[in-house]
Amino acid sequence: MEIINDLLLFLPATIVAIGGLTVMMLDGYKARSRTIYTTTMVFLGIALGVASWDLLMQAPELIFSDMAGAGGTAAFGTFIVVFGTFFTVILTHDYLIGVKHNFPQVYPLLMFCTFGMIVLATANDLVTVFVGLETMSVCLYALAGIIRDKRLGVESALKYFVMGAFSTGFFLYGITLLYGATGSTSLPEIGAYTDGGLIYWGGVSLLLVAFMFKVSAVPFHMWTPDVYTGSPTTITAYMSTAGKTASFVALVLILDRAMPFIATELTATFSIIALLTMILGNAVAMVQDNVKRMLAYSSIAHVGYLFVGLAAGSVAGYSAVLFYLLAYTFMNVGAFGVVAYYEKNHDVHFNNVESYAGLGYQRPIMGVLLSIFLFSLAGIPISAGFNAKYLVFSAGIEAGLVSLVVVGVLASAASAYYYLRVMVYLYFREGKESVSLIEPKKVYSFSLVFLALLTLYFGVVPGGVTEMIYGYFSDSMLTATAP
Amino acid sequence: MIGLELYLGVSAVLFVIGVLGVLIRKNAIVVFMCVELMLSAVNISLVAFSASMGDVHGMILVFFVLCVAAAEACVGLAIVIAIYRNNITADISKINLLRW
Amino acid sequence: MAEFVWLIVVIPLIGFLINGLLGLSSEGYRKQKSVIGWLATFAVFVPFLIAFQIFLEMNAGSEPVVVRLFTWIEAGSFTSDIAYRVDQLSILMALVVTGVGTLIHIYSMGYMKTDEGFYKFFAYLNLFIFAMLNLVMANNLLLLFLGWEGVGVCSYLLIGFWYKDMEKATAANKAFIYNRVGDFAFLVAMFLVFRTVGSLDFDVIFSNLHLFNGDIAFWVAVLMFIGATGKSAQIPLFVWLPDAMAGPTPVSALIHAATMVTSGIYLITRFSGLYMTSPEAMLLVAVIGGLTAIVAATIALTQYDIKKVLAYSTVSQLGFMFLALGSGGFVAAMFHVVTHAFFKACLFLGSGSVIHAMHHVEHELEHEGKHVHFDPQDMRNMGGLKEYMPSTYKTFLISTFAIAGIPVFSGFFSKDEILAYLFNAGLGEFGAVYYALWGLAVLTAFLTAFYMFRLTLTTFHGTFKLPGKFKGAENAAKYLHESPASMTAPLWILAALALVGGFMGVPEFFVTTFTSTDATVNWLYAWLSGVTVRAAIILPYGVKWTLVAIAIVVAVGATILAYRMYDNDKGEATDAAIRERFGSLYATWEDKYKFDEAYEAMIIRPGNRLADRVLAVFDVKILDGFVNAIGSIVQFFGSLLRFVQTGVINTYAIAFVVGVILIIGLLIF
Repeated sequence: MEIINDLLLFLPATIVAIGGLTVMMLDGYKARSRTIYTTTMVFLGIALGVASWDLLMQAPELIFSDMAGAGGTAAFGTFIVVFGTFFTVILTHDYLIGVKHNFPQVYPLLMFCTFGMIVLATANDLVTVFVGLETMSVCLYALAGIIRDKRLGVESALKYFVMGAFSTGFFLYGITLLYGATGSTSLPEIGAYTDGGLIYWGGVSLLLVAFMFKVSAVPFHMWTPDVYTGSPTTITAYMSTAGKTASFVALVLILDRAMPFIATELTATFSIIALLTMILGNAVAMVQDNVKRMLAYSSIAHVGYLFVGLAAGSVAGYSAVLFYLLAYTFMNVGAFGVVAYYEKNHDVHFNNVESYAGLGYQRPIMGVLLSIFLFSLAGIPISAGFNAKYLVFSAGIEAGLVSLVVVGVLASAASAYYYLRVMVYLYFREGKESVSLIEPKKVYSFSLVFLALLTLYFGVVPGGVTEMIYGYFSDSMLTATAP
Repeated sequence: MIGLELYLGVSAVLFVIGVLGVLIRKNAIVVFMCVELMLSAVNISLVAFSASMGDVHGMILVFFVLCVAAAEACVGLAIVIAIYRNNITADISKINLLRW
Repeated sequence: MAEFVWLIVVIPLIGFLINGLLGLSSEGYRKQKSVIGWLATFAVFVPFLIAFQIFLEMNAGSEPVVVRLFTWIEAGSFTSDIAYRVDQLSILMALVVTGVGTLIHIYSMGYMKTDEGFYKFFAYLNLFIFAMLNLVMANNLLLLFLGWEGVGVCSYLLIGFWYKDMEKATAANKAFIYNRVGDFAFLVAMFLVFRTVGSLDFDVIFSNLHLFNGDIAFWVAVLMFIGATGKSAQIPLFVWLPDAMAGPTPVSALIHAATMVTSGIYLITRFSGLYMTSPEAMLLVAVIGGLTAIVAATIALTQYDIKKVLAYSTVSQLGFMFLALGSGGFVAAMFHVVTHAFFKACLFLGSGSVIHAMHHVEHELEHEGKHVHFDPQDMRNMGGLKEYMPSTYKTFLISTFAIAGIPVFSGFFSKDEILAYLFNAGLGEFGAVYYALWGLAVLTAFLTAFYMFRLTLTTFHGTFKLPGKFKGAENAAKYLHESPASMTAPLWILAALALVGGFMGVPEFFVTTFTSTDATVNWLYAWLSGVTVRAAIILPYGVKWTLVAIAIVVAVGATILAYRMYDNDKGEATDAAIRERFGSLYATWEDKYKFDEAYEAMIIRPGNRLADRVLAVFDVKILDGFVNAIGSIVQFFGSLLRFVQTGVINTYAIAFVVGVILIIGLLIF
């Protein structure tokens, strides 16, 4: 039967959805939290295995009556999302126990959210995009405020929710206008439409606005620092990696399939957004004393670099963006993981950079790991972060955006300041009073070491992956029209 | 026969009212209602487009929107209650621990 | 043998991994200092042997061999390989790096013997060698850049090796940040190259040099040169190098004298073909080099810290090399790189030996119950050390002769070659400027000989001054002793090289004036002729010999003058007399031309003041210097911008709507 066949091609999402329902039932029957955690890990482990298999083996095709895709970019997006979720769950389990709020509800929510992200990253129709985006967002609102007796957490949930719902209004209006102009919601059919007109351009702008909000590009970024600071740290890691990846993959798909003919018209807009985002993100990150908030602004800055790739509007640009997302997932989950470790047996105020003084010598492994992740975020060579930035910027140069890239390189050079600053505190400052750190769980440190190794590995040999990503676009409409 | 333009016009006006509400109102519940108004305004456009083109896709999307709005309302109200419990206020201009 | 070139690069990496990982994980291994030391040394010595074997199999006419290991990045039209290039230039650099590196590793075993971070030190040294070899052997710009950044990171780690000391950590940061400024320019140059020829491979670039027409050649050359001014410590980015002396002395010898700081010269020599097409860029290189040479030489005249004198001397000699590059003498620059590596490494290691002995004195006095605190690097506390440290003295003296340019010693030949090129360039475009630079270079050569003998005579001749200067140090002299053999053996080898190293590049006219044979006596020129372009020297014999005579007179004159003024403990009186004589000029030298203060006053302080008054939310104590400057400005705007983030949702919604209007405006209209 066709539906069964499609479900098999959509297996990671199916497994995650069934897993979410199962875990929710277990919680309903008052299973022990350990059991719930283990079940979650089993489902996610299988999903990750299948996603990896799909990533390497699956050929691109359309499923569910052309509503979604499988293989190619879809498999790539699915893999990053499931990968990010897998490690988030490991870190979250430990973190929530550490802060003594081990709510089992967090696991089904994470899985539903992941399902939404997969749908978003594989969409081939604006309706699917909408459903995926909203499934993801509604779960994220709840996850941001999961520790419901903490004022900061609940406040961040409220802000995220109000702004998110607000942007949903614009998103829907955008879809509606595009539908009205082109008579279809399918991405390739919209892409075939070339007449323009006020309604069409209104739809395009509102749709892009909504995505810029979701990926937190300036000036739609205002929710990001607050939500990232207030949410539980590992959930922040999840939002900034898996969530951002899903949105960006969907955005790339929309640009590649639904708007291939207006890529050049969009360049100016994306360039301006990239410029604003890089400058504001880096500038404000410099004056933050709270490490979590600094990482939030730095994630805004990274969105700026990613927009350079989008502004390029070429196959090189889009594939650079996808590689960047992969690299960013490794290093950012890792960085937040170490921050969560430092935080979990203290309180929120422990996120101030001054409390990191001298911590590098206690539990040296954690200090070294954080340094690796920060080096990579700063874009220093032999790290995945350097290659990612390099690819994005060289795509920009190839597209002739020289001055934009110059600003980008300058901004990223300046960003070394605030990343290095954390390391200066870790290693060159004496701690005021001795802070004792409990030994991390084996699985916790192994996960982080694994992420660090991946960060370094893709710093040395990104060759295979970049080639694979490049191949995704070989049969896309963009290459067909490009000279 | 009422033309497509009129429906679109009404929809746009309602949408703008919703946006302005979010910009200026301070009570979390009212802000939330304004967001719902935006969604409903969009639904009018969707139905109008769908009917004028004789295509059912738009109508189907309306049902999705209604579902999502309901789910959002559910989570949103829960968050507002949690905020109220913690801060004894639902005034969003006073909920600003996180800033700068 | 050339196909095994990757071993040269990989073996130091293996050494780093073994020492680093075992040292990190095993307490017991950390105590096995001789195992750690010898392992690290062999991780550099074996590559030296391999490089030497490859060198023997090559001749001046050998074609470059490119060894591709694997594809590093591949994305559409852009590919970049991990590939190493074996040609006359890269093998020469590899020999210098691994050869001098081996000697310094052996020396460090003695010097760092009692340090608790022993394993870490050797792991970092090996990592540095790995990065440096990547820099010189790379076959494309991206891999070269990787090595370029890598040596920067290692230099950062090693300068801040004694990180507990805040001042040293600051010096490390300063070095790193000044280098980032240069790196940025290099990166932009790289992008420009890629845009012009569509590849970063050396083969492709060199065979498409004609694509760099006019402005592009100029800009690429200038941007690369700015990159070089960071790494090779030239005006305006040189201020980090003297501060970098905070690191252990073997590090100063290896990284900040012999190898890393010469990578800017290597880069420009590699791209000599490009530079020759842009006379304006060449002029800029020469002018900056000349100014740096004289500025640093005058500062060196006023310093009392033995390592600071050598640091400024290094900056000055690097300026000399850029003078050579700017006047078309690429081979002459490489010649000076090699000879400088010999004598400057020897000088630094010699100073390390002296500092080691002075530390020992302080330590023993402490032991005796006398708490005498003095600066073990201040030469005013020394004097008369030749009695106690004969080997250190003799090797130091030989190297001083070499750097001063006394005939037959290596520095004489390389410096003479540079002066000849400068004078020769006076015949071409911008001739007047080059003549002026020649005058400046002669003056610098005079100063070089003068301050180097000032240093040597004050330190080793006369009487030991510590006992007379500090209460409780009366019998300090009996604790002075020569350093162990592991430290003096490298000194002797380097001194021998400093003595005879010049004969690899004896100017051809030394022979052809007297006999009319075609024999190639200038081995180095013949060796490098295939890989570099160079301007032809068209001076007649008479002029050439006159130039040599001037150089000899200047060097010998300065030596004799210094001997009369500084021998027999007249040092401090002479310094006072010179201070008297030159007045405010001397004060300027002593203040290092106020470069640090100028950066502070022009960029950092106004930014801070503005920021402090308005917002007072800064922590600018960590990073000083230039980036602090950019930092402060950006921080200022950052602080303003952060207050847009009011925390109130309505504001966020307003920003959102403004954004919507912006996007709609951009797309529809």
